[in-house]
Amino acid sequence: MKFEEIAQTAKEEWDALQASAKPSIVVGTATCGRAAGAMEVMEALRNELKEREIEANIMETGCFGLCDAEPLITIKGPGGPSVWYRNVTPEMAGKLVEEHIVKGSPVAEHALGAAGDGQVDGLTAMSDLPMLKFQVRRILFNCGVVDPSNINHYIATGGYQALNKVVSGMSPEDIIDEITRSGLRGLGGAGFPVGRKWDSCRRVPSDVRYVVCNADEGDPGAFQDRSVLEGDPYSVVEGMTIAGYAIGAQKGYIYVRAEYPLAVERLENATAQAKEKGLMGKNILGSGFDFDLEIFQGAGAFVCGESTALVLSIEGKRGMPKPLPRPRTTEVGLWDMPTLLNNVKSYSIVPWILTKGADQFASLGTERCKGTAVFSLTGKMANCGLIEVPMGTTLRQIIYDIGGGIPKGKAFKAVQTGGPSGGCLPAELLDTQVDFDKLTAAGAIMGSGGMVVMDEDTCMVDVARYFLDFTQKESCGECSLCRLGTLQMLQTLEAIVAGEGDPDDIDMLLELGEAIKTGSICGLGQSAPNPALTTIRYFRHEYEAHIHEKKCPARVCKDLISYVISADKCKACMICLRECPVDAIRGAKKEVHVIDQDKCIRCGVCMSVCPERFGAVECIPGRLTEADNA
Amino acid sequence: MLDEIKFAIDGTQIKANKGDTILKAALKHGIYIPHLCDHPDLEPFGGCRLCMVEIKGKGLSISCKVPVEEGLEIITESPEVNKVRRIAAELLIASHHVDCLECARNTDCKLQDVASYIGIEEGRLKRLKRVIKDLPIDDSNPFFIRDLNKCVLCGICIRTCGEILNVGAIDFAFRGTGTLVATVGGKPILQSRCVSCGECVARCPVGALVPKNAERPTREVSTVCTYCGVGCGIKLGVRGGRIVRVRGDVNSPANRGNLCVKGRFGYDFVNHPDRLTSPLIKRNGAFVEATFEEALDLVASKLTDYKGDQFATFASARITTEDNYVVQKFTRAVMGTNNLDHCARL
Ligand SMILES: Cc1cc2nc3c(=O)[nH]c(=O)nc-3n(C[C@H](O)[C@H](O)[C@H](O)COP(=O)(O)O)c2cc1C
Ligand code: SF4
Ligand code: SF4
Ligand code: SF4
Repeated sequence: MKFEEIAQTAKEEWDALQASAKPSIVVGTATCGRAAGAMEVMEALRNELKEREIEANIMETGCFGLCDAEPLITIKGPGGPSVWYRNVTPEMAGKLVEEHIVKGSPVAEHALGAAGDGQVDGLTAMSDLPMLKFQVRRILFNCGVVDPSNINHYIATGGYQALNKVVSGMSPEDIIDEITRSGLRGLGGAGFPVGRKWDSCRRVPSDVRYVVCNADEGDPGAFQDRSVLEGDPYSVVEGMTIAGYAIGAQKGYIYVRAEYPLAVERLENATAQAKEKGLMGKNILGSGFDFDLEIFQGAGAFVCGESTALVLSIEGKRGMPKPLPRPRTTEVGLWDMPTLLNNVKSYSIVPWILTKGADQFASLGTERCKGTAVFSLTGKMANCGLIEVPMGTTLRQIIYDIGGGIPKGKAFKAVQTGGPSGGCLPAELLDTQVDFDKLTAAGAIMGSGGMVVMDEDTCMVDVARYFLDFTQKESCGECSLCRLGTLQMLQTLEAIVAGEGDPDDIDMLLELGEAIKTGSICGLGQSAPNPALTTIRYFRHEYEAHIHEKKCPARVCKDLISYVISADKCKACMICLRECPVDAIRGAKKEVHVIDQDKCIRCGVCMSVCPERFGAVECIPGRLTEADNA
Repeated sequence: MLDEIKFAIDGTQIKANKGDTILKAALKHGIYIPHLCDHPDLEPFGGCRLCMVEIKGKGLSISCKVPVEEGLEIITESPEVNKVRRIAAELLIASHHVDCLECARNTDCKLQDVASYIGIEEGRLKRLKRVIKDLPIDDSNPFFIRDLNKCVLCGICIRTCGEILNVGAIDFAFRGTGTLVATVGGKPILQSRCVSCGECVARCPVGALVPKNAERPTREVSTVCTYCGVGCGIKLGVRGGRIVRVRGDVNSPANRGNLCVKGRFGYDFVNHPDRLTSPLIKRNGAFVEATFEEALDLVASKLTDYKGDQFATFASARITTEDNYVVQKFTRAVMGTNNLDHCARL
């Protein structure tokens, strides 16, 4: 079939859906939505519609990035606006159907916002939501908008135009040139120029080449790639097909972790549909170009995201990075053939660039980093979720404008970017622009786009301990420095948070950290010390307080805090005394209560049960003993 | 003639063969660079990070994987090099089950070599946490012990078993500090595909893989293994009058140092009290010791009594192919029968 016909069919289906006289309900059923109960919500909505004998179009969609709002659904009555409802429960289904669909009056109390014709009083326009307003959604363009299991939706919104353009007249050199001119840098973390990688892979003489997509996504807290695979799998498939055409490969692999079953399902469906339409497989769009994709499920080792380990893993071997000096994967990769390895997002933006042009892509960004970056915002922020912003947006804009700042009136303390390989940046660096080079210069990294915001109640030593615990467990065990060094760092940090820190410990952490960074084989070891090194660099006083004063200033580390009852505020109500699980509270009616510091296990129950109007229990840094009570 | 490459290590000009790694060339010239995971028979691994050197103009690099190049200038001692390899060595020692005096590899241990070269300081080592594994010792194999508490994860055994033997009985398993050399399913080595050749034992740089009842020989005797027609060159380690160890002779063209389970471990029959050390001839219903001449004469004299199919020969796998050829020739041509068989066929 000609592409024009394929596109026409797709457009007709999409337009019919938009113009449908039936009410439409769109449910976000990505993994995040499902975890929040989206499937149950969808079932409940179906039942409510059935009971009322209403026919409606129910569509599933991917993640819209508004984590706090899940399960998130959109309801549109014929002619009316689309209204997004947040935190929908199966119990709310009846009311939503009755009010919005039957009576035509949207339920403002559960609505997040509205879009489209006929604004409704009291509802914000979706485009005005701070979480969305500052975003530029290119990679996430389709996520949460189309049905990710229907290729016609993808095609109707512009998909596969790029592949059509490419196979019907662009030379591989033209494509690579366009990608190079766009300035796109690999979005898997290291930021290697994509065009240059494609070019060097193409130049290696070989009859066989492979295109591999890195969808291992092992950083704790990162879910960008999963969202793209679940919400817009076709863009990745199209991007990889174009890459195959450009470098001269006929076979591709998507290395996706088996913990992403929905992504796997969507990818399998996407490749099958693409084949059916002649957009993959033999003789793509009649051009004579053949390209096939295989989905390879990894077992979920963080280190298998490293390029050489990933290749070994596909070959059925243990994923252990190959030490330098070694040939690049573009020269000797999968089955020893030249192999192009890029991240999910790097491939998924390729169709956009080839459709809209390199110049438009490069119109956003900083001097050396063009386009957009996707971040998963988590931590102490009003709005958490998945966002896409132009490269060069400042941390402050992301955290305050998009994230809505720190809730509960707490002060900002640090932002951690780049996951376990990244670093923690303090308030002074909030005006740092996010791009590969600037974050690295500040001591953090872009990484795959994890961003965790911490408020004043976060202990930076504990944060470093958390990340070291992860990297220590995920080290592949190959190099002595990474395998054993991260464990030493972890145990030292554990000792510090347990109040057993030694005055030498900071120097030792620095020495170990530098040696591990310099001496390790792969990026895991080379970056594992970063969380500790940056927290020492910017929050050394917290380490010193733990070690010298045996105090946790953020009042997190259980061994370095105490709970005390203020004699002035205590109303001797007996509540805390009764609730304390270890009977550490002395006192009686009308007798001010006192915590036995030797018995107290610092669980904080007393503080949480003391009535707010009294607020008599306080958590203080430092560890008191009974002697202090005397 | 191999291409010769000239380069410098610590200012000394060195000639090396093209294709040699920096480490290999240095060791050949008696220049020690600390290392654990490299082995001349195996592909470089690059995991221990101890053979770090500075290559002028290029910075730090491991030396076990970098081939020599004309004009390279290598520095084996510098503050940068030491910063990394000292920590690597300290980390390995802090996590090693150190009981040198009781260890079979004492004074013959690559970790001791590394430690003594780098010079481990008590004060520095004390800052590190001791992280000793507490793994059960695998003594399932009749010939060797696997004590993974001493394993430095150099991977030499794994590469030996895979690259040289093509058996692949063991591989790395688990991650992080839990990384281990393991058989499939973590079964005792005897229940794995292991053929007990002991090649890994011979190459393990530390005391993690040691022969059972290892005794140190006082001298070595070169000879040829008597077990089969391959004729592997062996070095018998002798202590007093007993053989206490066998190792393959690297200079023997038949085996280039490799041995099978029998050649390496099957030597205790030599000192066994029941072993026949001379031929026996039955006289008046009882075996009595005789000389080889007597025995051979007796057999020869009886051969004339049996002709054709009255006669049969069982040849031995323990003699050479050439000797076996003569045996069958004798059976067929002299004794006139095809009643001929061989123990290796059974
Ligand atoms: C320990 C480790 C884990 C990695 N994990 C991932 C990953 O999950 N996804 C990814 O795209 N890149 C990961 N990378 C980076 C890849 O090695 C590689 O740089 C990237 O996939 C290249 O794609 P890009 O140029 O499109 O970014 C990891 C690197 C290391 C060292
Ligand atoms: S740095 Fe760590 S993860 Fe990477 S190869 Fe070395 S041991 Fe493995
Ligand atoms: S004894 Fe031989 S077969 Fe067994 S593990 Fe060692 S090298 Fe492999
Ligand atoms: S058992 Fe010996 S040879 Fe095998 S990895 Fe451990 S130290 Fe190396």
